[in-house]
Amino acid sequence: MMETFAFYFFAVLITALFLVTVLSQNILYAMTSLAAGMVLISGLFFILGADFLGVVQLIVYVGAVMALYAFAMMFFDATGRIKERHSHPALVFLLGGLTAVMLVVIFAAPQIGHNIQALFPTADGMDNPHAVGLVLFTKYLVPFEVAAVMLLVAMIAGIILAGKKMERSLSKIDDSKLETSDEKDER
Amino acid sequence: MDGYIIGTIIKAALVLAIISALAGFGTYIERKVLAFMQRRLGPTHVGPYGLLQILADGIKLFTKEDFIPSGSNRLIFMIAPIITAATAFIALAAVPMLPEFTIFGVTVRPIIADINIGLLFVLGMMAAGLYGPLLAGMAQDNKWGLLGAARTAVQFLSYEVVTGLSILAPVMIVGSLSLIDFNNYQSGGMGDWLIWKQPLAFVLFLIAGFAETNRTPFDLLEHEAEVVSGYATEYSGMRWGMFFIGEYANMITIGFLASLIFLGGFNSWGFLPGGLAIILKVSFFFFLMLWVRASWPHVRPDQLMWLCWKVLMPLAVINVTLTGLVMMF
Repeated sequence: MMETFAFYFFAVLITALFLVTVLSQNILYAMTSLAAGMVLISGLFFILGADFLGVVQLIVYVGAVMALYAFAMMFFDATGRIKERHSHPALVFLLGGLTAVMLVVIFAAPQIGHNIQALFPTADGMDNPHAVGLVLFTKYLVPFEVAAVMLLVAMIAGIILAGKKMERSLSKIDDSKLETSDEKDER
Repeated sequence: MDGYIIGTIIKAALVLAIISALAGFGTYIERKVLAFMQRRLGPTHVGPYGLLQILADGIKLFTKEDFIPSGSNRLIFMIAPIITAATAFIALAAVPMLPEFTIFGVTVRPIIADINIGLLFVLGMMAAGLYGPLLAGMAQDNKWGLLGAARTAVQFLSYEVVTGLSILAPVMIVGSLSLIDFNNYQSGGMGDWLIWKQPLAFVLFLIAGFAETNRTPFDLLEHEAEVVSGYATEYSGMRWGMFFIGEYANMITIGFLASLIFLGGFNSWGFLPGGLAIILKVSFFFFLMLWVRASWPHVRPDQLMWLCWKVLMPLAVINVTLTGLVMMF
């Protein structure tokens, strides 16, 4: 009973928030409702008993949306309104059709869902992180390690791209030098 | 089941009341300690030793005019301080405060929600708290506020990786994310404390914790000399106060985390009972934060980024690798 109530509570809130994200003309409302919706999705994980995934969702999206905010700060006027041009009626038609198909699938899902069985049923007396770790390091070891290497490459690439002048640390230069001869150093 | 729900509500209300009262008391202690270290007097006029200053400050905060500047985004401006205060208290929900005790024949476990991923939850919620300053800065039509918001993003992107990686090595040793398991792992007296096995992780976590609570060496968000008051420029009254209740609650949370993970938690310490031991440890960390504030200058945003990504993160990765190698062989 409590789970059903909680599920519909979260579902309505998430849908409403993401609608605000799509429909709002104010960049700040759009991004804030996006962040709030992402955080509330972790509630669905908690209802399913997947505590670990819920917290991971929370942490990952808190960081990711923070980066989006940084972009919004650079590219948009945060307090102003955005004017969007709708110049592709065909695209709107296609998206509307896809949404209708999605709705049919969503309402059919409870009927199909009865036939689904878990590939890796969790063992009794096992914590959530333990269960995730067990599957990750047995069945999905190769994809996991490939993803890890990819992330390492992305991290190094990001640092290199962002820090072209990192070898001359600003904190090690004398302040007087920094103020007077900054332009000379650039040349 | 009913008893469980009622007990949880009572515990939550108690934590809320005690921690927000401590936040008020924290401002007084901070001013007194800073005054002592910098040869000033601090609050003296209101009441004995200036103790009623807390009350006076409270009256001032509650009765000050609460205005919302016309250029700002009203709704976001109003939500932002609530985010900071609320997430700070939600983070405290998964922190075990004291050892179990019995009162009126009922055994009480002083933790609101004992979830098996407590550590991740606390860190995640504390990270979400930085949305408060970010939104506050972006909602107001004020360039100092916007600069404060930009610095919030810089600070978040700097320390977050270090916090996670520095905690990873202790997590590998204990093999659990539950803070109670961390406490039980160190139950064998002072020799079992994780700080002896992970001194580097302790230092890294403390530095990242200072950045997380935006305490002085890293208080880029509201550095008066550079950005007026950063994200808090246009706030007044209790909305401003809520940012600071959140900040002090986060300081207490970091104190609890550091003492639970590295300093033996609420195990009894020699002749000291466990409850008193952890309160002493948390008080020490609170004092340490004030001490650091009194003695260290600010850093610039680029210096913080440099420190976190070029010094602390490689050290943390090396620490994790070494811990893994030691555990493997």
